[in-house]
Amino acid sequence: MLEIIVYGVVNSVIFALIALGFTLVYGVSRLPNFAHGAIYVMVGFLTWSFINDLHLWYPLAIFLSLAIAAILGALIYRLVLIRLRGMPTSEIIGSFAFGLIILEGLRLQGIGGFKGFIGPFYVLPSFIDAKTNILGVIIDAQRLVIVGAGILLVAALWLYTKHTKVGLALKAIAQDEQAAMMLGVDSDRMAMISLAIGSALAGLAALLILPLGNVTAENGYRVLVYALAVCIIGGLGSWAGAITASFALGFAMILSNFFFGALWESVVLVGTIILILIFKPSGLLGKQKELEERT
Amino acid sequence: MITITESVQKERRKERLDRGIKVRCESIYGLTTWREICYLILPGTALIGGVLLLPLLVDSYWQRVLCVAGVYALLALSFDFLAQYVGLVCLGCAFFVGAGGYVAGILNDSLGWSPFVTIPIAAVTGAVISTLIFLPCLRLRGVYFAIVSFMIPMLTVNIIIALNIFGGTEGISALANLPNVWFDQYIVLGIMLAFLFAMRRLVVEDVGLVFRAVKDNDQAVRASGINITLYKAKAVFIAALIGSFTGAYLSHLYGWLGISLFAMDFSILPIAATVMGGPGTLVGPVLGALILTPLSEALRGFGQLRVVIYCLILIGFIVYKPEGLMNYLTRKYQQFEHWKEV
Repeated sequence: MLEIIVYGVVNSVIFALIALGFTLVYGVSRLPNFAHGAIYVMVGFLTWSFINDLHLWYPLAIFLSLAIAAILGALIYRLVLIRLRGMPTSEIIGSFAFGLIILEGLRLQGIGGFKGFIGPFYVLPSFIDAKTNILGVIIDAQRLVIVGAGILLVAALWLYTKHTKVGLALKAIAQDEQAAMMLGVDSDRMAMISLAIGSALAGLAALLILPLGNVTAENGYRVLVYALAVCIIGGLGSWAGAITASFALGFAMILSNFFFGALWESVVLVGTIILILIFKPSGLLGKQKELEERT
Repeated sequence: MITITESVQKERRKERLDRGIKVRCESIYGLTTWREICYLILPGTALIGGVLLLPLLVDSYWQRVLCVAGVYALLALSFDFLAQYVGLVCLGCAFFVGAGGYVAGILNDSLGWSPFVTIPIAAVTGAVISTLIFLPCLRLRGVYFAIVSFMIPMLTVNIIIALNIFGGTEGISALANLPNVWFDQYIVLGIMLAFLFAMRRLVVEDVGLVFRAVKDNDQAVRASGINITLYKAKAVFIAALIGSFTGAYLSHLYGWLGISLFAMDFSILPIAATVMGGPGTLVGPVLGALILTPLSEALRGFGQLRVVIYCLILIGFIVYKPEGLMNYLTRKYQQFEHWKEV
């Protein structure tokens, strides 16, 4: 029983971490960043290459790959999305194509001596390699780091949007774009910043979560689907909704895992999404604004 | 009709005027001389003739590619119809393919029915299944529908693997093949042309008007006492009918089916073809698919590079030439343009 609670919390925080970047970008700039999963995987591979090919110090590798992720996020906006804003179809197709270029590019073989990241050989080191005992449940330290980092990140983001100038501007754009622009907030610049932060958050999630398993390009699609599932269930662009949804999904998956076996996880995921869509199309905590768009 | 666009330079602008022959063809006088009649029927005949002649001109390897190109053209057609005429951006067209393919394959494998029976049955059954699965999502609009439809095929694959049903990861092999290579090509190309002209007709009929109204302003449609979910379901059924046919056809073409029928390729390449060919034209996506599929086939040797390349094409068109090839060509065919001093 305690096992369910402990692993349920860990799983929920993993979901929240995955969805955080996506929901931030959508909340601020109404842009669905379908390159989210690709950036997640890319950061994993970059960090792996920095450590194993260039023999960099781990924290330095982390810093470098996060910086690259943020720059790439900004580039996605500057090169592609800036011309497509306001056309939802094109936004999705454009960002998804950009993500596919990254994901499939990582698997390219034989161009310029690049071997391509194929197969289950890429594992990131965990931050602390140990196992501890919590409430009588044995758990490895990396999972605890994930929970701690998840809580810290949410707190940090909350403080950032409350107490810094850029954070307040991001919040202003999210609440009322027209009014914010009238007060001198540059909408394009804020969208670019939100994409950069969102991508860095995706990368951070990757660095925390990937040590639990292998880094593979297929991860990217799965992560994108999870992020989308959390955002849809929670109501797009709603922070509290996203966190509630990640707990709902995290526990639903652990419970199904515990009672029916690991194979049923995805069945439960689909079931939850469809049930929530039937009974509450705006998501758990979607606001009136979302309802209007979705009826 | 005169269209004027601003040019890049300050002092000049580009003026577009309809060609004389186009204006003459708009009325009954279009039928008075051979020149006008040719002008009117040239684009259609070129397309039909070109498509029907292609199988005769290429060797057996490329004939196979042509079959796949026909499949992608049909899928692009159904994506374009859903996205531009009903407003449902469906990123999960692969689900239609998978549904049709699995129904056909299972009927053929377990009951031993011939492809001529399974393909029509699978097209309809697959369409019904797809419509039922998409039904809960039809209340969503825009981004929301796109996101959910994107997840459906991926999660279906997970379920098939998890429950190990329908052959699991191995798939089902040794299905009956279609009679011969000529039949293979002409059935898919013929159905492609039939659907193309049927859809062009459909979108200007009354029901097409309702579809477009659902896209532009669904609240107004609702206020007129029309059930929008019903119409969206009808549209999904039509699109899924096309998609499921291609799935059933593919599983008999290869004599094999597996979870790759739900692969992203079936969702992405049609979208690339639509964006390249010209969204909303119905002919454009078909042309786009007929160009992109051989291109991606030629790049097959490079492995994943072909995905990267068609994504680059996709981004290039969506950012720099959003009107697509077909709209561009139509404009050139009907209008001439010249620089004019301002």
